[in-house]
Amino acid sequence: MLDKVKQLIAFYEEVLSMPHRQEIARELRNEDDLFLLLLYSEMIGIPNPVYYYTLELYPYMIEKFHDWHLRMGMEKSPMTGIRCC
Amino acid sequence: MNAIAIAVIGIFIFILGYRFYSKFVAEKIFRLDPNYVTPAHRYKDGVDFVPTNKFVLWGHHFTSVAGAAPILGPAIAVYWGWLPAVLWVVLGTVFAAGVHDFGTLVVSVRNKGQSIGTLAHKLVGQRAKILFLFIILILVLMVNAVFAWVIANLFITFPSSVLPVFIQIPLAIWIGHAVYKKNAKMLVPSLIALAVMYFVAVIAARVDFLQIDLVRYMGGEAGAGIFGLGAVSSAFFIWIVILMIYVYIASTLPVWQLLQPRDFINSHQLVVGLAILYLGLIFTNPQITAPITNPNADDVSWFPLLFITIACGAISGFHGLVSSGTSSKQLNKETDARFVGYLGAVGEGILALVSIIAVITLFPTKEDFLATYSSFQAASAGGLGSFVQGASQLATGLGIPAEIAATIVSIIVVSFAATTLDTSVRLMRYIIAELGSEYKVPALTKTHVATTIAVVSSAALVLIPEGPQGFGSGGYLLWPLFGTSNQLLAGISLLLISVWLKRLGRNYMITLIPMLFLLFMTLWAMVQQVLFTWAWWGTQSNSLLFIFGAIIMGFAIWIVITALTALGSNSQPTIDDNDL
Repeated sequence: MLDKVKQLIAFYEEVLSMPHRQEIARELRNEDDLFLLLLYSEMIGIPNPVYYYTLELYPYMIEKFHDWHLRMGMEKSPMTGIRCC
Repeated sequence: MNAIAIAVIGIFIFILGYRFYSKFVAEKIFRLDPNYVTPAHRYKDGVDFVPTNKFVLWGHHFTSVAGAAPILGPAIAVYWGWLPAVLWVVLGTVFAAGVHDFGTLVVSVRNKGQSIGTLAHKLVGQRAKILFLFIILILVLMVNAVFAWVIANLFITFPSSVLPVFIQIPLAIWIGHAVYKKNAKMLVPSLIALAVMYFVAVIAARVDFLQIDLVRYMGGEAGAGIFGLGAVSSAFFIWIVILMIYVYIASTLPVWQLLQPRDFINSHQLVVGLAILYLGLIFTNPQITAPITNPNADDVSWFPLLFITIACGAISGFHGLVSSGTSSKQLNKETDARFVGYLGAVGEGILALVSIIAVITLFPTKEDFLATYSSFQAASAGGLGSFVQGASQLATGLGIPAEIAATIVSIIVVSFAATTLDTSVRLMRYIIAELGSEYKVPALTKTHVATTIAVVSSAALVLIPEGPQGFGSGGYLLWPLFGTSNQLLAGISLLLISVWLKRLGRNYMITLIPMLFLLFMTLWAMVQQVLFTWAWWGTQSNSLLFIFGAIIMGFAIWIVITALTALGSNSQPTIDDNDL
């Protein structure tokens, strides 16, 4: 009986927290997108003084980069240097 | 007749509808496939596309679609007697709303989780998308006006509800902050917030000076108000101005700051409201005193107006936006669509059913009912008040004193209405911005310009119609227009599902028949209202209602033409992305 009640509370909490979790994830993703844009600012014509170092991040962000350009509405990678797809 | 019997029969039919009809639709028409890779898995990104347990998704879907509309519509529609209202809610839910909500979910799942607007473009064409945008625009405008009126009306009728409702705002901001910034769990804070609100409600119901009663401050109903208006008119004006300022601020804040935490509290309120109503029904075991059909209702015919008076609770186009906007992106298995979509509609049907019961058991005798519901106008103006009183009468069965119950029920309705208002002003802002970019008017894409247009037009719309209590009290006159635009939206969604089914070579009668029924009823109702009632030569000439009614009628005709063209053309079958 107690287990059932606990299950019910867990279910209820899950229903409540679902949209909230989504919103947090969205905000975080937006921040990440902005960060990525700052790293690759040459793409929009802003000179990037640290472009050499951003290259070092390449292996860490290759998968994320692919998701990012898809989300930004670009079917293929916009940068010839990064060949994720 | 015993009211419990009506509830039991209604729920039994809902169960049969789910058990047999939705199963037939799922297996034979939509042919749901448990192995289909849903967008939630295919495009899983942890944000929009997240595979979710079907019970959790149903809970979220239901709390998103249930609001004040399935309460207000039925409370007005019982004017024609309880039987037509009950029949439309029960049969509408089983054969129209269930299929509509379920169908929009399935079509969206089979099309990358895209929303109805995008699907309108994809399945029918660019014109259908523009039509869709305009109908939503008019729908949200009506929602803003009607719900602002609902809140102002309840604040004037039940002044004890004002303070608890306003306390909800800082409480929601506190929860938003605690959850977002401190990563706290939200169940406990939101329950505390609910407890504080209801505690304030109990105190406010008993202590006079905590009741913010503008009419009393201005010397009662006969007193003089501001700008030479009467006390009630002034109270309406002041509340609507305050509401519009609030909604301007609320709709421009990030959702996690106010809107979402309000939703957490409102989810509890939905549970509390349904529990009070159904448990109260069981404990009080009331008799129905309202007539089966109202013999005196000859000013406005039930046919076809009943079908637009009850929109949410029987079928509502707004559900399609939720189904295709969020739920379809989170569906774990395609076969879950039946549970989430169909039962989501059933949940709202259950709320509408108990709203009807609360009103038809309120009056001691049939004569009292007929005296209150003396005309359609009286029913529209007083329906909500009757619901609150009826619900509080049911609550007395649980040992809650009537005046406290009335305060709590009005808080529940106001909270639902306020959240809807916030969401719909936000939505209106997005649509104005989208139309701005579509027609190359960059100023419209600015947040504050779009919000100002949304708020000012909504305020003007709610203040212009005059009701029996003077300036601003006629917001309920817009209710049939709200119902019509909501039904037209449902009509578009049903059209899209029909086109999709036709292209797949399936039987599309299950959506075509409700669509034709809805379009026929809305067109007929609009012809009757616009040409014979609101026009200059009509019985109750009203230019504002005439103009809006004529616009909606034009949209209805546009949909009929689009439907005929879309269903008449022999396009290639749509190929599911997964089949490629």
